[in-house]
Amino acid sequence: MKFGVVVFPGSNCDYDTFHALQNVMGQETVFLWHKDHDLQRVDGVVLPGGFSYGDYLRSGAIARFSPIMAEVKKFAEAGGLVLGICNGFQILLEAGLLPGAMLRNKNLKFLCQHVHIRVENQKTAFTNAARKGQVLRIPIAHFDGNYYADPELLAELEKNKQIVFRYCNEKGQVTEGANVNGSVSNIAGIINREGNVLGLMPHPERASEKILGSEDGRVIFQSMINYLEKKAGRGKKKATKVVKPKVTPLPPLIGTF
Amino acid sequence: MKVRILVFLKPSVLDPQGQTVRNALLTLGYKSVKDVRQGKAFEIELENVDRLEAEKIIPEIADKVLANPIIEKFTWEIIEA
Repeated sequence: MKFGVVVFPGSNCDYDTFHALQNVMGQETVFLWHKDHDLQRVDGVVLPGGFSYGDYLRSGAIARFSPIMAEVKKFAEAGGLVLGICNGFQILLEAGLLPGAMLRNKNLKFLCQHVHIRVENQKTAFTNAARKGQVLRIPIAHFDGNYYADPELLAELEKNKQIVFRYCNEKGQVTEGANVNGSVSNIAGIINREGNVLGLMPHPERASEKILGSEDGRVIFQSMINYLEKKAGRGKKKATKVVKPKVTPLPPLIGTF
Repeated sequence: MKVRILVFLKPSVLDPQGQTVRNALLTLGYKSVKDVRQGKAFEIELENVDRLEAEKIIPEIADKVLANPIIEKFTWEIIEA
């Protein structure tokens, strides 16, 4: 499958995400420049973490007006898979591709640590490789990850099973103490109603190899690959297929900010 | 023409930054401080527009870009004709 990693000025997890998709997951991967209007016929788009446009105004608020985002929006509306990680999640919220908004972390601190998240819905294009209620250990690194939804929206998210990940302790219990940033209902990641756009604050690309301390993030990438392969009619491959890492040098970035 | 736009979190949304400032003021002994809300201020200079047009453009700009209507509300005023 072919994946595109969008690069905004200030993205800083673009290369990590590219590496995880290409070298760890063994997928064809390209960078998509924020000024471009062409998604290069990718099967899935990833908006990586970072600080697009310096987080000026609000996190993700400026990136949403990039030329590439108009294409991402069209792609999403046509059913294309879009994953937003951290700042990518914030951009999806600002762009209206996912409902709700982000507030500053409740303790007003930048949080950079490993957290546990529980898979609340394993029947999505992003979690089909996970077990029901599986607990993933994936790091977070953000200032504005305090997910906000008013009571009506929260009820709607619950009803439609759009809450895909919740912060929990290592035993998988969703507790107040595990809710590091103060998100409503411990929400760490949500999906749109149609099921093809997902945003989450934790960084799966930073937990995709043993050397990084956790491989749990691969579940998300593998799920996307499973979904896309099934959609393309490439038979039923085993969800846990391990791809031998093949390290290919990453392409340089071309373009001026 | 110069306009000033103020953006604040909605009253229903917790403002931890405002709370922190409030607590600092109380620590300093300003016992009469009841609440603090922190927001953003924008000053925008417009040219070749009249009041009527400004009344159309400014709320649009505020709604689309300056404020996130899910969590914030805005007010605005003309500060220089």
